[in-house]
Formats: sequence, structure tokens, C-alpha cells
Amino acid sequence: MNTVWALAKVVVLEMVRRKDFYVLFILSVLLTATAGSVNLFNDRSIVRYLKEICLLLIWVSGLVIAITCTARQIPAEREHRTIFPLLAKPVTRAQFLLGKFLGCWLATGLALALFYLFFGLVSASREHSWPLVNYLQAGWLHWMMLGIVIAFTLLGSIVFAAPSSNGTICFVCSAGMLLLGRHLNKVALSLAEPLQSLLYGLYFALPHLELFDVRDLIIHNWQLIPWGIIVLATLYAAAYAALFLFAAWLVFRRRPLN
Amino acid sequence: MPPALPIALALAITLAVGGRLLLWEQVSVKKSGSVFALLLGESRRAFADQVFLKADAYFHQGYYPSVFDLALPDGKTHMVKETEGGHHNHSHAQAERGYRDWLEAFGSHFYPAEHRHLERFGDAREILPWLRLAAELDPHRVDTYIVAAYWLRERLNKVNDAEAFLREGLRANPGSYEILFELGRLYAENNRDIPRARAVLELAVERWLRQEAGKPNPDALAYAHILAQLAALEESVGNFDRAVTHFTRLQRVSPSPEAIQRRIDELRAKLNRPN
Repeated sequence: MNTVWALAKVVVLEMVRRKDFYVLFILSVLLTATAGSVNLFNDRSIVRYLKEICLLLIWVSGLVIAITCTARQIPAEREHRTIFPLLAKPVTRAQFLLGKFLGCWLATGLALALFYLFFGLVSASREHSWPLVNYLQAGWLHWMMLGIVIAFTLLGSIVFAAPSSNGTICFVCSAGMLLLGRHLNKVALSLAEPLQSLLYGLYFALPHLELFDVRDLIIHNWQLIPWGIIVLATLYAAAYAALFLFAAWLVFRRRPLN
Repeated sequence: MPPALPIALALAITLAVGGRLLLWEQVSVKKSGSVFALLLGESRRAFADQVFLKADAYFHQGYYPSVFDLALPDGKTHMVKETEGGHHNHSHAQAERGYRDWLEAFGSHFYPAEHRHLERFGDAREILPWLRLAAELDPHRVDTYIVAAYWLRERLNKVNDAEAFLREGLRANPGSYEILFELGRLYAENNRDIPRARAVLELAVERWLRQEAGKPNPDALAYAHILAQLAALEESVGNFDRAVTHFTRLQRVSPSPEAIQRRIDELRAKLNRPN
């Protein structure tokens, strides 16, 4: 575990040193501030559109940070040839993968914490309330979802040659799942057999990232999600992340490094 | 080739293209009157429709059918029905049908899955940004101005803003009897400015006759609304003969002429009563 933790710490430090997060954060702040400065019928207490814009920016930024940070981990180690001394030490390939996953996931979590803090400030500035537990649930589910994306991207970085192609594929898959995942069953039911069963099977097999998207509940001030449901969603995310990590290990353990 | 040459060339091209673009932008914006029209062209109308639906989704606190389970059988959003005086008899397919599978049932915990409206006073303000944006995207969409004005004056007590927005709509749609009717209602019900309300409503009647009377399927409901408003206005200030005239015209298009006849009889009785 110490080895995994040490690897993860390096990834987090690397992320802190890179500019990606800061650029995305400043951009989100500027865009939210611009949207907030619009005069709408002389009413300064209109807030939900601003929450929607801010959360959209957070979701886009979260995906960008998670995918770009993860996609370059293994290719960069290969390119700089640092992977050889690393794996020559008593570090197994499974530990290497786990360390990379944990590092990217923690780094993304830190970024999310800052983003959600900003969101809370924006929201409180107009609504004058702090539904902290709701934000905590939203942030936690968001982080769990990014865990699946990170594990998937890590698998992609072993399968695909270039980080750019891996990044693009992961973006397309994640965005597709977020936008259409909830409706795959409805589309399946409108199809003829055997396509119907095939698509319905895919609907159950694919990881439903949109389950973790509770933005509408936050924007419209809905009540808390029951904690039992949060636990189940966490287990769901953990299962898919573990599955992708296991697949990554299966591919990586016999893959030549050069 | 000296390295400064391609740089100078690139700079010259950039300046020339940039200058042309700026000129083109100024001319185009002046012609179309909107940056959205310049950027999005005709597609902005489709965006406006989506933004208008977004306002309706906000009215339902995020609970809204997707394009996959779409449910607007009569083509009207629930928000519009509210402005027409009722939001009672509509159903939401999801709630009635139940869930198709366990995953859908589990997923329903993560998005608004219960039919609710913006009920608290002041909450209605949350739909306004989307209506404002819909108007920017498509200034010729009359519904946007009417719905926004209704919520502004009825639910937010912002009569001046409602009037300003309706006037903006009227500038973009000078012949709109719907906007004139809404403006007339505002003057009559909120401002109690009877002469102004009368003038605007009579203009609405004139516009309706000019645009709709010759059509095979005219918008009779709008005409009935305008006449009813005019008749009520005249009755409220004691001009019973004028009210009778408007009710008589209303009787021709009303689905319940008997009820209108009773009103006419009542007014005639008042007219014949010695003071």
C-alpha cells in the first residue's frame, strides 16, 4: 500500500505543478462571473441559471482534468523512460496501475473540492443559504463518476497508442453516456428484435455515468438523496472502476514496455 | 528568405482579414439587429425553441420529459397554459407509467422525478433568464414576450419591467395582436389606465381583423379574449352601451353564446334602468 501511495503522491504533485487545472478554474470563474453580471429584469436574486452554468463548467472541467491527466500518465512514463527504473524496483505492474489511478483520482478530487467551494460561494451570494450536505452529495457522486472515467482512461492509455486518441475516445464515450445513457432503454424498446435485446443488454452492461449527475437536484433545490442510495451508487461506481482497472491490469501485465 | 518576411506577411494578412471581418460584422449586426442572428443565422430559431422549453423545465423545477418521452400533445408548454389560465389537466407520462426496469427506477433518485411547479412567490423569477435569452435568439417569437410579461406582472409584481419587455416585443413584432392584448391587460388590470388600455385593446382588435379575419381558420380564441377584456373594461367604467357592443361581437365567436347573451341582457337592463 505504501508503494501505491507513494506513486499516487507523485501524480498529485505533478498535477499541482501543471497549469491545466488553474486555467480551467480561472476560465470557469470568469465565465460564471460574466453570466452573473447580466442584468435580467433588474432582479439580482435570480440564481438558478447561474448555478446551471457554473455546474456545467465544473462538469466539463472535471472531465477534462480527469481524462487529460490520466491519459498522459503511462505514455509519459514510457516516453521519458522512467517506467523502466520504476518497474525494476520492487513495484508490481498492478501497484503501478493502482498508484496511477489513485493519484489521478485524488488529484481530480482536490480540483473538484475547489470547484464546488466556488460553486457554493456563487450560490450563497444570491440564495443566502448553504445546503452543504446537498453539495457534499453532489460532489461525492461527481467524484465517484470520475473514478470510473479515470479507470476507463487508464485502460485506454494501455490499449491506444497516443494520449490524444485515447483522450478523444474517452471524451466521446463519457459524453455519449452522460447524454444518452438514461434513454438507451427507451431507444431499445422502439427497435425490432434482435437489435432490441442487443441494445437493452448494452444498456445494462455499460456504466451509467449519468446516474451520478445530480445537477438538476442541486439547481432546483430538491431534497437530499437517501443515504442508502448514495451507498449503492458508490458501490456501483467502485464495481465499474475495479472492472476497468482489472482489464487494464490484464492487458498491461504482458505488454512489452518499449 | 529573411525570417521577418513571413512574419510581416502573416501580420499584414491578419490585419487585412481582421479589418474586413470587423466591417462585415458592423454591417451585419446593423442589418440583423442581433449578434445571435449574425452568429447562428436561421438556426437561432431552433435554439430559441429549446431555450423556451428550458424555461418550462424550470417552471417544473427540472422535472421535464426528454425528447425520448416527449409529451406536448397539443404543442403548448405547461408554462404557456398557465398564462392562459389553467395548468391542471395535464399528465406526465413517466409518473403514470412507472419505470421500465430496475436501473431506471434506481436512476430516478438522481434527477427530479416528481411533478412540481414553482409555487412560492418570487420563485417564478427563475424562468426569466431563459425567456430573455429566447427573445434575444428569436425576437419574432411572440409567445416569449407574453409569457414573460405574465409572470413579471402577475407573479413578481414587476409591472414596469413587464411593460418594457412587451414594448420591446412590439417593436420586433409591430403587428402582433397577442402582444397588444397583453399590453392592454397590463394597462387595465395593473395600471388602471383605462383610456390607454382601451386604445391598445382596440388596436389589437383592428390588427386581429386585418390579419386573421380572412383566414379559413382564424385564431378565434385570441379574438374572444380581446373582446372579453374590452367589454369588461367598458363595463367597469360604466360604459354599458360600449360593453354591449363588444359582447355582441364576442357572442359570434364564443363557444357559449347563451352565457354571453345573459350578460348582454343584464347590461341592457342596467342601461334601461332610470338613474
